[in-house]
Amino acid sequence: MRTVTLLVAVVLLLASMAAGLLVGAAGISPKGILLALLDRLPFVDVDSGLAPVDQGVLFQLRLPRVLLAAIVGGLLAIAGAGYQGVFRNPLADPYLLGAAAGAGLCVTLVVVFLGGEAGVATVPVAAFVGAVGGVSLAYAVGNTAGRGGGTATLVLAGVAVTSFLTAIQTFVQQLKVEELQRIYSWILGDVGGGWEQVWMIVPYAVVSTIALLLHGRLLDVLSVGDDEATGLGLRAGRVRFVVLLAASLATASAVAVSGLIPFVGIVVPHVVRRLAGWSYRVVLPLSFLGGAAFLVLGDLVARTVLAPAELPIGVVTAFVGAPFFVAVLRLTRKVGT
Amino acid sequence: MSGGRTYPLGVRDLGVTLDGREVVVGAGLSAGGGEWLAVVGPNGAGKSTLLKAMMGLLPHVGEVVVGDVRVRDLKPRERARLIAYAPQSPSLPPDMTVFDYTLLGRTPYIPYLGRESARDREIAGAVLERLDLAGFAARPLAHLSGGERQRVVLARALTQQAPVLLLDEPTTALDLGHQQQVLELVDRLRVGDGLTVVTTLHDLSLAGQYADALLLLAGGRVVASGPPAQVLTEPLLARHFGARVRVEAGADGRPLVHLLRPDDR
Repeated sequence: MRTVTLLVAVVLLLASMAAGLLVGAAGISPKGILLALLDRLPFVDVDSGLAPVDQGVLFQLRLPRVLLAAIVGGLLAIAGAGYQGVFRNPLADPYLLGAAAGAGLCVTLVVVFLGGEAGVATVPVAAFVGAVGGVSLAYAVGNTAGRGGGTATLVLAGVAVTSFLTAIQTFVQQLKVEELQRIYSWILGDVGGGWEQVWMIVPYAVVSTIALLLHGRLLDVLSVGDDEATGLGLRAGRVRFVVLLAASLATASAVAVSGLIPFVGIVVPHVVRRLAGWSYRVVLPLSFLGGAAFLVLGDLVARTVLAPAELPIGVVTAFVGAPFFVAVLRLTRKVGT
Repeated sequence: MSGGRTYPLGVRDLGVTLDGREVVVGAGLSAGGGEWLAVVGPNGAGKSTLLKAMMGLLPHVGEVVVGDVRVRDLKPRERARLIAYAPQSPSLPPDMTVFDYTLLGRTPYIPYLGRESARDREIAGAVLERLDLAGFAARPLAHLSGGERQRVVLARALTQQAPVLLLDEPTTALDLGHQQQVLELVDRLRVGDGLTVVTTLHDLSLAGQYADALLLLAGGRVVASGPPAQVLTEPLLARHFGARVRVEAGADGRPLVHLLRPDDR
């Protein structure tokens, strides 16, 4: 049953990636694209009949874009699932502990103070550092404030850190209003960063995803509460720390290359849970696959509906995702309690 | 436990301080292997705190010894193989099935990143069978009645195969029949497996009926302990519960506690 579900999700992801590669503003023939892709496989040599410029569009624009969307969507969704597991709270999302606010602040700082090309080039690093820094700050505050690092204190610390960092960010933005548009276009999200950004996050993506997938059973144990999990011999605090670390790394790397894409991290795990059950051993891998497919399709919509103009992908994920979520909630209402 | 070995339980000078308040002070108890000890006392006496501290869930001073092992020296996993604990209000994830919940009892036997073996599943299945819950295996926890839920929590604790069982108010929110059913079940398992059982119980008559020994806790201190007839006496209950009661010996010599209405009502 579990294998079948996973297979269905893999097929869904591959189909959405195929759609992402085949459809675009350049109007390249689908047959040519398929042949060109085949040609890239080892030991296969076919003539795709694509002009060099079309080859360029396919391999330098569409392919990295589809891959980046898939990786970012997968990371945000699996990180959201991890956060929801740790906090035993369905409203937890990957930005809960200050990752978004930290990234937003650091990006604002480099755009405003470095400016120009240097600023743009530093954005991914700044976002990554900011996201990790925001979460670390929230974790440190939560642990010193609450006895034994309870989850409720941690969430409150996340809220406090988020407001604090956002306040600084707003203040800095007011100092240099002419940079606002640049900052907001980063916040609204973009997965068109090319191969360079794909390679930049692959190592982090692999490490954090594997770490999260390995913790599925332990998150299931945590779902009965800290006291009982501890009674069962689990070091609840340690599991929570490792999962938070992995999920925050996933979030930070996604944010670094794509901005603050909303909705994926909270909605995808919920949809998965509605359709495939409670166990994190299923929820984590399916969230990754589902989030990847969702963002690839979201990006497809973002770059085609107003072609040749592009919508910010963050707008699309919320615009398409919200009604979709409501539909899933309605359809599965009888199953849930 | 297999092999017929039983494990005595001893607690010495156990103290718990929460937010600067001494909740349990210098508590000591001992239960012979295979015995049932019931902790009784008025609300707020520190009964649940005592159990939690014994399980290592709260910072505490003092020693807890199972067999000849000091629990403090054990890793959490090792401790969980010696002592199983069921809290007063266990949190039961609504969609989790009875079988999966029971299987959680195998956690102390599974390596950190490992997964349940066929043997773990077998043990969980056997426990469900034994508790007449096999037919419920695939049912979500949300769809259980109060009595069934309490049995499932017991099943989870038994799957841990620990020789010492700590149950915090196992009969909370159960009607009379289900209280009896659950306590009879605990007793059967205790006798069958030689389990050493410690329960908190707010119902004094029930405690007197089932336990081999009682421990009366008041204001965080042990004020009386011993066989039920020595602890459930009219003067002790009047002093520590502020209750007017009549205690009489039942047919088997165990004390029965009756509330008395005031004469001037």
